Amino acid sequence: MNDAAAAAELAARASYGRLLAYLAARWRDVARAEDALGDALLAALETWPRTGVPDNPVAWLLTAARRRLVDGARHAGVAAAAEADLKIMLDERADASPAALPDERLALLFVCAHPAIDEAARTPLMLQTVLGLDAARIASAFLVAPATMSQRLVRVKAKIREAGIRFEIPAPGELAARLDAVLEAIYAAYGSGWEDVAGADPRRHGLAEEAIWLGRLLTRLLPHAPEAAGLLALMLHCEARRPARRDAAGGYVPLSEQDVTRWSRPLLEEGERVLAQAARANAPGRFQLEAAIQSAHAQRALAGTTDWEAIALLYEGLLRWAPTLGARVAYAAALAEARSANVGLAALETIPSDAVVAYQPYWALRGHLLKALGHATQARDAYDRAIGLSEEAAVRNFLLDRKR
Amino acid sequence: MQYTILVYETPAELAARTDPKRKDAYWGAYRAYTTALREAGVMVGGAGLQPPRTATTVRQPGGKRRVQDDPFADTKEQLGGYYVIDVPSLDKALEWAARCPSASTGAAEVRPNMPPPPPPA
Repeated sequence: MNDAAAAAELAARASYGRLLAYLAARWRDVARAEDALGDALLAALETWPRTGVPDNPVAWLLTAARRRLVDGARHAGVAAAAEADLKIMLDERADASPAALPDERLALLFVCAHPAIDEAARTPLMLQTVLGLDAARIASAFLVAPATMSQRLVRVKAKIREAGIRFEIPAPGELAARLDAVLEAIYAAYGSGWEDVAGADPRRHGLAEEAIWLGRLLTRLLPHAPEAAGLLALMLHCEARRPARRDAAGGYVPLSEQDVTRWSRPLLEEGERVLAQAARANAPGRFQLEAAIQSAHAQRALAGTTDWEAIALLYEGLLRWAPTLGARVAYAAALAEARSANVGLAALETIPSDAVVAYQPYWALRGHLLKALGHATQARDAYDRAIGLSEEAAVRNFLLDRKR
Repeated sequence: MQYTILVYETPAELAARTDPKRKDAYWGAYRAYTTALREAGVMVGGAGLQPPRTATTVRQPGGKRRVQDDPFADTKEQLGGYYVIDVPSLDKALEWAARCPSASTGAAEVRPNMPPPPPPA
């Protein structure tokens, strides 16, 4: 890649979300803003190798994208929408200084997680608009056919335009509920992480970084939202353990057997700091509790032991906020460690069986507890279910080994 | 809706079927996967196929017959078997394909099954 291409890409990556959020908010049309910004990037790649990279590449991209939007609006002619466009065109001329480019990314995040938008489309929309990820990469991360993902994104952008969803920060009264949806969407990008016994899916690694980036952005844009900080702390703690999730031969290592010296100290410490800051607001919530659970696990790196009773208690609290399948299984695991395999198994068996037919962590834990209790045949059956539901060879091999 | 998961395996995976060191893990994984499909109530049918070297391909374009001792497709990854599943959507079919052991090493291709042809008019 030559310098111009590299500079164009760098400028694009650094400022894509900000430019897109600004254009989409102004024109109230995500798809048109994306097309215009895409054209501007192509134009940059054509022009810059000849003219050199401009002093302010972001301003250049903004001007080029605006020109596309204005031209497009002119071509649309006398359509009813053109009147609104005309007003924006005049505004655009009046406000031409990109130095004052307002940051509309928070409003864009709230648009992406708007209640009128299908839950399954929220995270993909965020990843595409704020980070500029392409549909194919998002599709792979979410295990969806690329054509299906593209269609979903096109439909959802049309809905934002047609329903006139406003680019704005929700009023204080509804902020908490709306923020929850934003947090859920970012968390979905991170993946089910540690809830999942398989938790180290290397294909999700890319999106984990993107999710943490979004989490950092959100805490910067909304510094007084303890749950946003809770989510960031949670992701940082999980990420800190990533290097320890595989041994040198690529084998799967469960949390309890991980070499704590391979946990990332800087990430772990940042997670602790962010969580402590969130706790000062004295407004607990689901993500702060989840982060607190991860923080309790992190104590093994500092104190050498794990306080399973404390972890079980935290899960009890979490179940009141968010009784997800993952939390219920993890609670049973914590009880088994804190008290006995029997107590853990009893908690596991309160989960309705139709909820777990395809839920791998349930079967892995069940196998583990039955084996500990000496029920060899039943344990092997449970392990088999877990093996059959695993997506990774390393996890399959680990469970095959445990099954023996 | 029915989908077929085509199990494409690498030569190394196909060799694992009879390799004394690896065959337990190989068969253990496929046995478990098949059990999981059955227990989840989505399994319609399927079969494992004998290795590609056992294949015989017949072609008779324009009546000119040619029989070959090779599989039809000359690719690195070979069809090793298939599963037919019944799930509500392609998304669900992809979830099951991702769990197929061949997805970790070779590939698992998902195709929607065609509905039976309409009755003659």
